[in-house]
Parts: sequence; C-alpha cells; structure tokens
Amino acid sequence: MSFPWANEYTPKVPLMKWIDERLPLPRLVYNAVGAGYPVPRNLNYFWNFGVLSGLALMIQIVTGIIMAMHYGANDLVAFGTVEHVMRDVNAGWLMRYAHANGASFFFIVVYLHIFRGLYFGSYKAPREMVWLLGLVIFLLMMATAFMGYVLPWGQMSYWGAKVITGLFGAIPIVGEPIQTWLLGGFAPGNASLNRFFSLHYLLPFVIAGVIILHIWALHIPGSTNPTGVEVKGPQDTVPFHPYYTAKDGFGAGIFFILFALAVYFAPNMMGHPDNYIEANPLSTPAHIVPEWYFWPFYAILRAFTFDFFFIPAKLLGVLAMFASILLLFFLPWLDTSPVRSGNYRPMFKKFFWILVIDVLILGYCGGAPAEEPYVMISQVASAYYFAHFLIILPLVAAFERPDPLPGSITEAVLGKDYDGAETAAVAAE
Amino acid sequence: MATLENTASADGTAEGEGVRRRDFINIAAVSFAGVGGVVAVLPLINQMNPSADVLALSTTEVDLSGIQPGQAIKTTFRSQPLFVRQLTEKEIAEADAVDASTLRDPQTLEERTVDGKTQWLITMGVCTHLGCVPLGAGEGENKGEYGGYFCPCHGSHYDTAARIRKGPAPKNLEVPPYSFTSDTAILVG
Repeated sequence: MSFPWANEYTPKVPLMKWIDERLPLPRLVYNAVGAGYPVPRNLNYFWNFGVLSGLALMIQIVTGIIMAMHYGANDLVAFGTVEHVMRDVNAGWLMRYAHANGASFFFIVVYLHIFRGLYFGSYKAPREMVWLLGLVIFLLMMATAFMGYVLPWGQMSYWGAKVITGLFGAIPIVGEPIQTWLLGGFAPGNASLNRFFSLHYLLPFVIAGVIILHIWALHIPGSTNPTGVEVKGPQDTVPFHPYYTAKDGFGAGIFFILFALAVYFAPNMMGHPDNYIEANPLSTPAHIVPEWYFWPFYAILRAFTFDFFFIPAKLLGVLAMFASILLLFFLPWLDTSPVRSGNYRPMFKKFFWILVIDVLILGYCGGAPAEEPYVMISQVASAYYFAHFLIILPLVAAFERPDPLPGSITEAVLGKDYDGAETAAVAAE
Repeated sequence: MATLENTASADGTAEGEGVRRRDFINIAAVSFAGVGGVVAVLPLINQMNPSADVLALSTTEVDLSGIQPGQAIKTTFRSQPLFVRQLTEKEIAEADAVDASTLRDPQTLEERTVDGKTQWLITMGVCTHLGCVPLGAGEGENKGEYGGYFCPCHGSHYDTAARIRKGPAPKNLEVPPYSFTSDTAILVG
C-alpha cells in the first residue's frame, strides 16, 4: 500500500502496542496519514484541497447533525423551524450559516481539487480509479446539496425541487412516473420534504465511505506531483507527517479565515433572498436559479432551445447536462498524452485555461435570466465544453510536442547536480 | 462440497462433462433466492409512490361568472395551479389564424376547448418544460411574444390557446378533464 522505504509503525506507548496487536487501527492511521506514508517532496498548495474537502465534509456533518435536532421535516412547520433555529436556538444562527456557507465552501474546494486534477493530469494511469471515485463523490455531493436546499421549504426550495425533479420528467415514457415516484405526489409536498430530509441525512455518510475508497485507491500508487514524474526512490519523498500535515494545517488556517469571513460578515452573499419567502405552489419566483455551484450545468441545460430531429429540446437539455458530468468518467481514456503535468504540455496548458474561462462563462450565464444574449453565449460555451473533451484533448495529445521532463522529482526541485548524492543528504538530516 | 466433487472425479466422472444434478440445484436455489430478493425490494421502492391521501382524486369547482373577456384567474387543482381564462374575440382570431400543423404540439383551439365554449380556455398552470408556473394569468403580467403565457424560468412562450410556440417546452399547457355544470361553472377532475 506504500513504497518499500515507508517507515514501519513501532508503538512507543504500551497501550498503543496492546491495541495494535489486537486491532491494527493505529498502524492503519500511521500508514495512511502519518509518518508511514511517503509523499512526493514537491507538492504545491493545490494539493491542499483534498484534505480541505474532507474538512468541509466534517463541518457539514457536525453542523447538520446539530440542526437536525431543532428542525421539523414537515411542510407545515419546516419553514418556521428554520427561523426558530435562526432566532431562538442558542447559537442556532451560527450552525445554520456555517452549514449553508459550508456547502458553498465545500464546492469551492472541490472544484479547485477537480481543476487541480485536470491541469496536472491526476486522472491518468495508474490513478484512473481515484478519478472515477472522485466523480462519484461529486455526484453524491450534488444530490445531497440539492436535497438540503429543499429543506428550508422556501420559494427557491420548492421551485428548485420542482425544476430538478422535472428533469426526470423529460425522459420519454417512464419520465413522469419517475418524477411522481421521486416526489411522492404530483408536485413537491410533505412526502417529498420527508424523504429529502431522510436522504440528506444519509448521503454524507455514503460520501464519507466513498472518500475512504478514494483515498485507498490513491494510496496504491501514491500521490502524483506537479512534475507528473513518478517517484523513483526515497530521495523523492518525505513522510506525510510532519511535512504535509503541517502544509495542510496552514491551508486549513487560510480556509477557516475565509470561511469565518463569509459566516460572520456575509452569510447570505451566496444565497437567494427568495428563499426567505415560504414555499408557494401558485407563484414562481421571477428569477428562478439554483445555487451558484450548479450554474455551469444549469446553463448547459438551458442552452437547448431547439429540437434536434426527433429529440425534443427539453430532453436534449437534460441529456446534455447529465452528459457534461458523465463525460468526465471517460477523461482518462480521452486524453491519451503520456505526459501528466500541464507544466510540460505547452498546447494543453493554453486549452486548459480556455476551458477554465469557458466554465466560468457557463457559470455566469447559468445564473443570468433566460434571455439573450445569455442563451446564445450558453450555446457557444456548451459546445466548446464538449469540444474540449471530445475533440481538442485527443487531438492535442496526438499533435503536441511536450517540453522535456525532469529526470526525477529531486532533479526538478534541486537541479541536476543533486540527483545522485541526494540519498546521502536525506539520511544525514 | 469439495470432498464430494473429488469423490465424483474419483468415480471416473470427468469434470465439466454435462450438467450435474448439483449444478442444477445450485442455480435453481440461487435464482429462487434472487427472485425472492427482488420481490422483497418492490414494496421498499413502491412506498415512495404517492400515498392514498395524495392520490385521492379531488375535484375543483370553478365559478366563471366573475371573469370578463381578456381576464384570467389562477386556482388550484390537485395542489397544482390551474388557469381559467376567457379569451377575447381578437385572441380567438389570433389562435385560429395559425395553421396548427406547423406547431410543435399540433392542436387547434377548438380541440383544446369545449364545443360552443371556445372562449373558455382552461389549462394547468404548469409549464411543460420543468414545471414552473407561467406568467400571464395575473393582471399586468408578461404574456410573452404570442400574447398567451410566458414562463420566466427558461423562456417558453405560449400563444392565446396556451400552445407552445417558442422556447424549450415540448408540449402545450395541459388541458385537465373538466365539464360545464352550468353556463357559468365548471367541475375540474
């Protein structure tokens, strides 16, 4: 599960020795996130976002469990109990604002984590399984976030539930029965609210389980690094603890500062005022949009305003939206370049940044009203999104001439002269 | 099991030669357990379908006497919005002027209303795209480019017969089952 030069676990306290002989849990932790896990010595701060994602999940679970103690999942009282949390429950406002902003921060760090992987080719062999499991986590996160947003039973909650379950209604023949089955009625109601609460409580623990698989799969080949060159010997690695526990700890400090700024000074910045109006089935909010982290996908959904042969526009939009995520499952086999890191891929690097801008444009259009010029811009940007993965990446891989790679991680860090003598230097430390 | 197989081999029965009685029992047992498992899951899935109280058919009676030509009201049927609208002569003429066969969901105004009561357009107020409530029934609301209804969520335009004309919605606004109980009242459902 690790490199042969990984430190061996030797319990120092008799108690730990006693536990380790009966249940090797201390050994497991030591080998996973302790001094027993050797990591490339040259990771930059973009490698913080995996740990930060786990941290964000923990914040969500803790604040969520606390709020569940004060919330009532019934359409008659749900909206009121959320206000009860805000006004009456001791520190309830803190729990709710931390939970709502925590969701946004969770997506911020996960998106950075995903784009890190895209730029540095983290999805390439032998780490395809890490990438695929990461996408499963992403899908679970989106489902969890969507259901959580329904729980306050405000206007955006209600209409979000209606629109998102309406997506399934676009499927021919079985669509409407599926939509009715998901909602437990013909429109969102008490049955929908109850099941969403039940599943919203369940899914974070499913996510935690898939995260364990994600990390397990990562620890088979070990982390990649900014050069994309594989670890060649002990001189290329440092133990996870204390080196990266310290680096991740610093990142966590920055994360908490920004998180606190949002929670204490701009808690509603990323929310919608309409959700402070109780759900009303007879009136759609003038401008109905999902939370910001769904905007790029929402823009793709709305880009299809025309029928294509026999496929109606509605179904096309839904298919395109799901395809935009499912496409990423095929990424390890679409980008056939043997070079991992974008640092050594001059053409890929340019197209990567164009993709980043494209997704930001999609995000902006997804949050804008459904009118020109945003519809047209969404159409062009959606087309480019698919072209990037299906056409540009395979072509770049075929025609690009990568820059010369460093001989090893150590050479990239210290220069050519150090490479041979490095083992001795590490030993001397 | 292994011992038995070994015994069988020792008897001279070569492995992989034909289907053994034990193979059949094995497959039959596992299949039966599988079917049992699926049957056991069915109620677990079906419990999510609408419960009896939700399914209980409700009917809604609507009084039309207060609705002037060009006016519309919003009410509810099965906890979803229902639009009841009295069309003006001009709106009827506009709807009839269109060749229905050119539409995305081809229907004439006559097919969407009751004989002799063409001016009464009764539809669900649920956009057939993703289920928002279209605008146009209330006073002063945006009626869209075709003078009927306009869905603000994703920009679907419906004409004066509530037929889809532009935007992502695939179907005309649904006409629920209803009948006239008198000249000025309908029973929906």
